[in-house]
Amino acid sequence: MPEKTIESCNITRLDILSETGEADEALMPPLSEEQIRKIYALLVLCRTFDHRALNLQREGRIGTYASILGQEASQVGSAFALEKSDWAFPSFREMGVYIAIGYPPYMLFQYWSGDERGLRTPDDLNIFPVSIPVGTHIPHASGAAMAAKYRKDKVAAVAYFGDGGTSEGDFHEALNFAGVFKAPAVFICQNNQWAISLPRERQTAAKTLAQKAVAYGFEGIQVDGNDVFAVYKATKNALDKAKNGEGPTLIECYTYRMSDHTTADDASRYRKKEEIEEWKARDPILRLELFMERKGILSDEYKKKVEDEAKQKVDDAVKTAESVEHPHPEDMITFTYEKPTPRQKKEMRDF
Amino acid sequence: MPKLNMVQAINLALKEEMERDGSVIVMGEDVGRDGGVFRVTEGLMEKFGTERVMDTPLSESGIVGTAIGMAAYGLRPVAEIQFMGFIYPALDQIFSHAARLRSRSRGRYTCPLVVRTPYGAGIRAPEIHSESTEALFCHMPGIKVVVPSTPSTAKGLLKSAIRDPDPVVFLESTRVYRQIKEDVTDEEYTIPLGKARIAKEGKEVTLVAWGSMLHRCLKAAEGMDAEVIDLMTLSPFDEETLYRSARKTGRVVVVHEAPKTCGVGAEISASLAEEAMLYLKAPIMRVTGYDAVIPLPKLEDYYMPDVNRIKRSIDEVMKY
Repeated sequence: MPEKTIESCNITRLDILSETGEADEALMPPLSEEQIRKIYALLVLCRTFDHRALNLQREGRIGTYASILGQEASQVGSAFALEKSDWAFPSFREMGVYIAIGYPPYMLFQYWSGDERGLRTPDDLNIFPVSIPVGTHIPHASGAAMAAKYRKDKVAAVAYFGDGGTSEGDFHEALNFAGVFKAPAVFICQNNQWAISLPRERQTAAKTLAQKAVAYGFEGIQVDGNDVFAVYKATKNALDKAKNGEGPTLIECYTYRMSDHTTADDASRYRKKEEIEEWKARDPILRLELFMERKGILSDEYKKKVEDEAKQKVDDAVKTAESVEHPHPEDMITFTYEKPTPRQKKEMRDF
Repeated sequence: MPKLNMVQAINLALKEEMERDGSVIVMGEDVGRDGGVFRVTEGLMEKFGTERVMDTPLSESGIVGTAIGMAAYGLRPVAEIQFMGFIYPALDQIFSHAARLRSRSRGRYTCPLVVRTPYGAGIRAPEIHSESTEALFCHMPGIKVVVPSTPSTAKGLLKSAIRDPDPVVFLESTRVYRQIKEDVTDEEYTIPLGKARIAKEGKEVTLVAWGSMLHRCLKAAEGMDAEVIDLMTLSPFDEETLYRSARKTGRVVVVHEAPKTCGVGAEISASLAEEAMLYLKAPIMRVTGYDAVIPLPKLEDYYMPDVNRIKRSIDEVMKY
């Protein structure tokens, strides 16, 4: 009997917007001029927020912070495709996702300053609080997707994680469940090339991260993560597919962590400056600006207006975050259970 | 009233809760078509369908992790881990997420999840099938730990656990599963979590136990004026019932099959020392499994506290 190929794996890569701002019109998603302006404003807001957070950390006004610099398109482009009823499960480097779905920025500053109240998601949003242990939140998205399917809700659940997260067992268990139960889940991997000091090629011997989906019986796609149109389109397609009962998708956003892992890290210990310089040319915001200039929808005046508005929003957010009254010590106990235990009631007398 | 063993009583509790509330779903390895390796979920898939009784991949962290997502979404998942010794891959999910979701989100998200798992030695099982590591879970704020000792309490406690708004680890003694049968009504009742039960009233000495050890304590207490407390919920445990009994009898023996060091008995003893020291007529004694790896079947009878060991400790505190 001759040997034969019984399964093969083809991974698609999607690029729409070039580094010089030229878009492949045939692939361009149907976004209105107004939507593109909105995406641009969100990208600028995210970068302004991020820049301010780094400064606040240096000034000792917030604690350790994980920068999203360079990854704005992966976060905004994907989150922009979500509907209000969809559920998002982010990790700790996803401030752009929170901001893009309308999470109040002041609460994010509040959180990074060490106040849990910043993670109390407003009632009209469905986004989980920041998950710190890498990859462990991915099964929650599979579970929420399974629940949505059980309830027959037209809802998808989206998990965000990095290249490092794909080495964790929970990543594999989560994708396996989503595949087996054909859950309406979308897994968005921001491959930013570095997991603290470990480069992507040491994370896995696989050529792409997208191909990991193949083993779980569903589609994986790689997109240029610094191309907001490609990220948006891939996410929108995956969400539509999920809600039509066609199962999950893994999207690998090929991007780059321009900053240190966190403010407690020094990336110059393990990676070369030249690499960062190379990626500067692929900046997601610069690229969109070049596109908008070509289309004649980005004047200097408009650009300044967007930047001023972002600065104002971030200023206001910092002001609000810093004027929130100090949490009551009792709060650390109050939210352990629905009702405090008899022992906790005694402990609360300390305050 | 039908006489049921604990397997049947838990099965009945699941059936009643699934009938009562469409958001209750059962999931785990072999829980559907096979009815679970101990047959606890037998007949549920036939009755409620594969959407509500889910045979999952062999994936403990995946089971608990997805159940957390379901619970946050609004379902009430009852996840089975096949043996307590296999729960460790899911500890990260239980400790880092189920236990903390309410706190982390300041009450916006909750995790009404039950993780059921068979525990304990005494059924001649292979390695890792006889664990009794309840103390690990009791140490973690944000989860509740429940261990029934009888069929009728198992039913009432499981129903409360399913309705509880917080995550509950529900430990079922494999040894008790088919050991006793008793009257279990199919009428509606629940047993509140956080409350102990006086299994036998007495005045001379208090024995504290849960799960399979309760039955050995009752045996050891025969012919004595001993009070036997079935703790039922280990976290948060019923301090008041415990202190009241200790103040009355002045002598306490805590019995568990888990190893002694940092076992739940340590917490009970320390609490009694804080709250009832001046009423005590003898040191608090612990009769426990040894500080050793639980042996394979040839030695497991030596490992588990038996009636004679419990009696020896009772004698000691009585003579003190």
